[in-house]
Amino acid sequence: MRFPVLVEVRLRPGIADPEGATIQRALPALGFDGVQEVRVGKAIRFNVEAVDEAAARRQVDELCRRLLANPVIEDTAVTIG
Amino acid sequence: MTTVGVVVFPGSNCEHDAVEALRGLGADAELLWHGDSAVGDVDAVVLPGGFAHGDYLRPGAIARFSPIMSSITEFAAAGGPVVGICNGFQVLTEAGLLPGALQKNSGSRFLCAPTELVVASAQSALTCATNVGEVLHLPINHFEGNYTCSADTLHELRAEDRIVLRYVSNPNGSIDDIAGVCSAGRNVVGLMPHPERACDPLLGSADGRRLLASLLAAAGDRLPV
Repeated sequence: MRFPVLVEVRLRPGIADPEGATIQRALPALGFDGVQEVRVGKAIRFNVEAVDEAAARRQVDELCRRLLANPVIEDTAVTIG
Repeated sequence: MTTVGVVVFPGSNCEHDAVEALRGLGADAELLWHGDSAVGDVDAVVLPGGFAHGDYLRPGAIARFSPIMSSITEFAAAGGPVVGICNGFQVLTEAGLLPGALQKNSGSRFLCAPTELVVASAQSALTCATNVGEVLHLPINHFEGNYTCSADTLHELRAEDRIVLRYVSNPNGSIDDIAGVCSAGRNVVGLMPHPERACDPLLGSADGRRLLASLLAAAGDRLPV
């Protein structure tokens, strides 16, 4: 079966995000005053072939661990289906 | 004659400077294509600077899976000197040959500037012919050179004298001003500054020769495996 997957790669809490900080600093000049804690990550989408969702999730977890995220500074949120 | 293999990934751009710098010190240097399965008969390996695979996903994230990396891992495990410069340092951390990670500079700026470094440990394949406390002038050229690691890793690096170089004036937010670290075996070293670009007074500094000469000394001292 084919499963659509979305992996959100995020900086772990406590890891500095200069990109997010830069965006946050730019917002008041555009008229957005109440925006806090901007963090920038990545969204990676793909399909996996697997017998069932559990098998798909195992594949995706392995993919995240080996390639998609660097565990020193990133974690992931996975959505399948 | 000591032979150094300089790895070329798609997107590496400092390999020729590395070869020239090493040859200028009397060594033989050759390019090793990332797709080759073996490093061959070299005495040391350099992973040069650049943008391997365009820094896509993360710098070094894809390069670490190149065919040649298994051979480099074996070479390092056998005690062979391996130096990662800038992008090469990023590849080594992604490959797990060095601890920690390189993230975006704290100031969100690409930095291309001469910097002052201080030798923090002379017990590494890249600093064995230098002295602790020695100040070196080397250029940096990076957007993601901010070294970070867990508190446990930092403790370990300090306790084991594995922080090799520090910035005198931290340009990018690196934890503990770290510019370079080495492996537990002290033969794998990664640094963000470019020693291969500081080998001629005409270009601003020849201090890079101090580090590359150490590498050649470490390579020459190795007993054949």
